[in-house]
Amino acid sequence: MSSEFLYGIEVIINGLMAGVLYALVALGFVLIYKASGIFNYSQGVMALFAALTLVGIMEGQVPFSHLINAIFGTELHHFGWEVPAFLAIALTVVVMVIFAWLVQRFVFRHLVGQEPIILFMATIGLAYFLEGVGDLMWGSEIKTIALGLPQGNARWLEDVTSALGDDTFYGFFVRQLDIVAALVAMVLVTALIVFAQYTKQGRAMRAVADDHQAALSVGISLNFIWVLVWSLAGVVALVAGVMWGAKSGVQFSLSLIALKALPVLMLGGFTSIPGAIIGGLIIGVGEQLFEYTIGGPFLGGATENWFAYMLALLFLVFRPQGLFGEKIIERV
Amino acid sequence: MKDSVESYVTDDGRTIGGVMLDLRNITLRFGGVEAIKDISFNIREGEIRAIIGPNGAGKSSMLNIISGFYKPQEGEVLFDGVARPPMPPYQVARQGIARTFQNIALFEGMSVLDNVMTGRMNHMNASIFSQAMWFGKAQREEVENREAVERIIDFLEIQKIRKTPVSRLPYGLKKRVELARALAAEPRLLLLDEPMAGMNVEEKEDMSRFILDLNDEFGTTIALIEHDMGVVMDLSDRVVVMDYGRKIGDGTPDEVRGNQGVIDAYLGVSHD
Amino acid sequence: MFYREAGDFKTSYEADSQTFPIAFDRYRYWVILAVAYLVIPFLINDYWANAILVPFLIYAIAAIGLNILTGYCGQVSLGTGGFMAVGAYSCYKLMTSFPDVSIIIHVVLAGVITAVVGAAFGLPSLRIKGFYLAVATLAAQFFLVWLFNKVSWFYNYSASGQISAPERMLFGAPVTGPNTEPWVQYMVCLVFVTICAIIARNLTRGTLGRSWMAIRDMDIAAEIIGVNPLKAKLTAFAVSSFFIGISGALFFSVYLGAVEVGEAFGIQKSFLVLFMIILGGLGSIFGSFAGAAFLVLLPVLLKVIGVDLLGWPTDLVSHLRLVIIGALIMFFLIKEPHGLAQLWRIAKEKLRLWPFPY
Repeated sequence: MSSEFLYGIEVIINGLMAGVLYALVALGFVLIYKASGIFNYSQGVMALFAALTLVGIMEGQVPFSHLINAIFGTELHHFGWEVPAFLAIALTVVVMVIFAWLVQRFVFRHLVGQEPIILFMATIGLAYFLEGVGDLMWGSEIKTIALGLPQGNARWLEDVTSALGDDTFYGFFVRQLDIVAALVAMVLVTALIVFAQYTKQGRAMRAVADDHQAALSVGISLNFIWVLVWSLAGVVALVAGVMWGAKSGVQFSLSLIALKALPVLMLGGFTSIPGAIIGGLIIGVGEQLFEYTIGGPFLGGATENWFAYMLALLFLVFRPQGLFGEKIIERV
Repeated sequence: MKDSVESYVTDDGRTIGGVMLDLRNITLRFGGVEAIKDISFNIREGEIRAIIGPNGAGKSSMLNIISGFYKPQEGEVLFDGVARPPMPPYQVARQGIARTFQNIALFEGMSVLDNVMTGRMNHMNASIFSQAMWFGKAQREEVENREAVERIIDFLEIQKIRKTPVSRLPYGLKKRVELARALAAEPRLLLLDEPMAGMNVEEKEDMSRFILDLNDEFGTTIALIEHDMGVVMDLSDRVVVMDYGRKIGDGTPDEVRGNQGVIDAYLGVSHD
Repeated sequence: MFYREAGDFKTSYEADSQTFPIAFDRYRYWVILAVAYLVIPFLINDYWANAILVPFLIYAIAAIGLNILTGYCGQVSLGTGGFMAVGAYSCYKLMTSFPDVSIIIHVVLAGVITAVVGAAFGLPSLRIKGFYLAVATLAAQFFLVWLFNKVSWFYNYSASGQISAPERMLFGAPVTGPNTEPWVQYMVCLVFVTICAIIARNLTRGTLGRSWMAIRDMDIAAEIIGVNPLKAKLTAFAVSSFFIGISGALFFSVYLGAVEVGEAFGIQKSFLVLFMIILGGLGSIFGSFAGAAFLVLLPVLLKVIGVDLLGWPTDLVSHLRLVIIGALIMFFLIKEPHGLAQLWRIAKEKLRLWPFPY
C-alpha cells in the first residue's frame, strides 16, 4: 500500500478518536434533551467545571479561596492535603449531582412548559454562570490533570503497523490517551445503555422521554428523573472533561471544543443515542480529513474551527430532521 | 339535485353561482397512512358548504389541502375551472382563500388590531424603503387598510378590544378575532374549521349570525367544518359527509339526513 | 397625575399609530433627544465617551439589529459577532480603497454588505427552525472569524493581522484615527443610533414588522393567511444584519480604531448582544437601549465597586461579572421574559392609574 493512502488512514483513525469524545459530549446533550426537551448549551462548560473540580479536589484547593481572601483579607489557598484520585472522582460526582439538583430546583422547575428556545437561552445563561462559578471556586489558570493517564504516542501500534507500507511509512501515529479515551467512552456508553434498558430508573427515564404526561400518570416523579438525567449528564461531562483536560489542559477553550457536540447532534438527531455516536464519528473524521486534504494545503489551515458547523448547516438544509430523525409532519 | 352547473336562487333569495372550487379524486397519505381516499366534491360560488364527519375522518386535512398546506399525492384542485399548480400556501391565500383554524392560531404576541392588519398582507405592497421612512406609499397604505380593518372590527363588534394583546382575550373573543383576521383578506372563499367549537349557545348564535351576514351581504363563499348538527343543518346549503377518509354522503341537509351511510357512521353499526 | 391618556383623543389613523401615543411620552422623548444632542456633547470627556457612552450607542445599534431578528422575527442568532466583523472589515476595505469618499457613506455601505452576507446565512432559516437554526448561525460566527483571520487580503496583508482605521475627516474634524475628539465620536454614533432607531421603529410598526411578528408567533398559520415566509425571514436577516454591520463598522472605525478579529468579534460578542436583548426586552426597541445600557454599565459599576472601592483583584471581579450576568439571564427568563422594557411598561401602567388604582 502506498504511504499516502496509509497516512490518509491515520488521519481517519485520529478523527475517529476525536469523534469518540465529541460523541461522549453529545451523549450528555441527548440525555437531557430526551428527558426534558431542554437543549443544554452549558454541557461544554459542565465538562470544564467537572474537570476543574476534580483537579481542585485532588490538589486540596480551598474552594472560593480568592473570593474569601479578597473579602476577609485571609491568605487561604490549600488545605495542605492531597486527595487520592478515586476519592476525588467520587467527590466530583457528588458535586455534579448537587449541581444537577440545584439547576433543577432553582432554574428549570420554574421554566416548565416554556418554549424550547427560551429554555435554550436559559442554558446559555447557565453556561455563563457556571463558568464564573468555576473560576471563582478554583481560579482561572490553566491546570493539568494528574490522573496518571498514559501520554505520548502508542509505540506498539506504530511498530505493528509500520510493516504495512514501504520504507517511507513509519506506522500509524496515534496518541495513547486517545485510545484510552475511546475505550472509556465505549465503556460509558455501554453502561448507559444497560442502565437505560435494564434498571427501573432507566425504564422510568425512557418513559419520561416518550411522554411526560403518561409517565406522570403512572406515578413517575418527573423531578426525580430530571435530576437524574442532569446528574448523568454531569458524569458524562466529567469523563469528557478529564479526557480533554488531559490532552490540552483544563482551560476555558475546553468548553468551546465541547460545543462541537452541537453539530454532531444536528447530524445525528437530538433524540437518538446511536445517532449521537455516529454523528460524532462523522464529524471527527470529516474535519480531520477536510483539514488534511483541502483545509491545510489550500485554505491556510485551522478549518476545524468551522468545518463541523458548516457541514451540519449544509446537511440540515437538505435533511432537516437529521440522519436518524423521523420526517416531521407539521400540523395546524 | 342541485348539481347542475347553472346558477340558481335559493329559497331565501340568495344566488348560488357556478363551481368555484373543484376537488377531483384527492388522495392524501402520511407515510403509509391514507388520511384521505379518492374524494371529489365541489364548492359553488356564494354557497355555504359544510364538511361533517366523526373525529379523524380527514376533514381538517381536506381544508389543509384546499389552503395549500398539504399537497395531495393524487388528484387535482381546480379553482375557477383552472387546475391549480403546486404552490405555497401564501400564494393560495393571494388567490382569495382565507381561513380560520381548529385550535386558534392567532399571533399571541400582537394586539388585536395588528392581528387583523396582518390579514391584509396581500393588499399592501409598499417597498421596504418607503416603510423604513414611514413616508409616501407606506403611510398611505397603512391608513387605507386601517380603514378597511376598522369596518371589519365594527362588523364583528370587537371595537373595544382593538388594542388589547390577543393573549389576554377569552376563548370566544379569540375565535372572533381569528374570523376578523380571515375576513380582512376580503376572501372569495372562506374556510372555517370548527368555528363554534367550545362555545356556549349564545356565542354560537352570534357566530351563526356573523356567518350568515357575511354570506348574505358580501357574497362570500364559505366552507365550514362543524360538529353541531343543528348549526350545520340550519346554515349550510350543501353538506359533504366524510368517514375514515372517504366521502360517504353529499347533498342538501335534508338529503344527507336521510342517507343510510351517514346514519350508520354517526350512530355506529356493527361491521359483520 | 400628569401621566394620562384621558382627554388625549386621536382624530386620524396616522395619529393613532404614532410611536408615542401618550403626550407625556412625546415630551419626554424630545427632552431626552435635546439633552443627548445639545447638552452631553459639551460635557463629555474622554472617560465617559470611551468607557460608557460610545460603546453604549454602538451596542444599542447592534442590539436593535439582533432584536429585529430574534425579538421580532423569532430567529435566534448566535452569529452577531461574525456579522459585526463583516461590517468592520467592509468598512476598513472601503476606507482604504476609496480614501476620498466620506466615512459616513463607507459605514452605510458596510451595513449594506453585511445585509447581503446576513441574508445569505439566513437562507437555511427557511428549512430549519428554533435552536437548530441557532446552532446553524454558529457556522456563520466561526467561519467568518476564520475567514478574516486567514485571508490576508481582508487586512491588507498587514503583518500583525490587525486592521487599524486611518484618519478620516468630517466637516473638518477627524472622525477616525488617534486624533478624534470624544465629542465627535459621540456625535457620530448618536446620529447613527437615532436614525437606526427611527428606521427600526418604522419598520416594526408597519406591514413588514407585522409579517415578522406573525412568523415569530406562529409561522405555519402566518404562511397560510398570506405571509411569504421567504420574504419575511430574509428581510429580517438582511435588516438585522444591516444594523449589526453598521455597529461593527462604528465599533472598529470610530470606537476602537484598531481591532483583531478573534478578540473583538468572537463568540463572546454574539452572546453579549444576545444578553442585551434578553435583559432589555425581546421585541422592543426601547429594550434594546435598556439592555445595551445595562450591560455596558454593569462591568464599569463592578469595576468601580470591586476594584477601586474594595481593592479586589481584577480577575476576581470579572469572574463575578460572569456569575452575575448568567444569573440575571436565568432570572429574567424565569420572571420577566420581556425584560427591562416590560418592567418599565408595568411601571407606566401603575403611574397611569396613580393615585387612584381602581
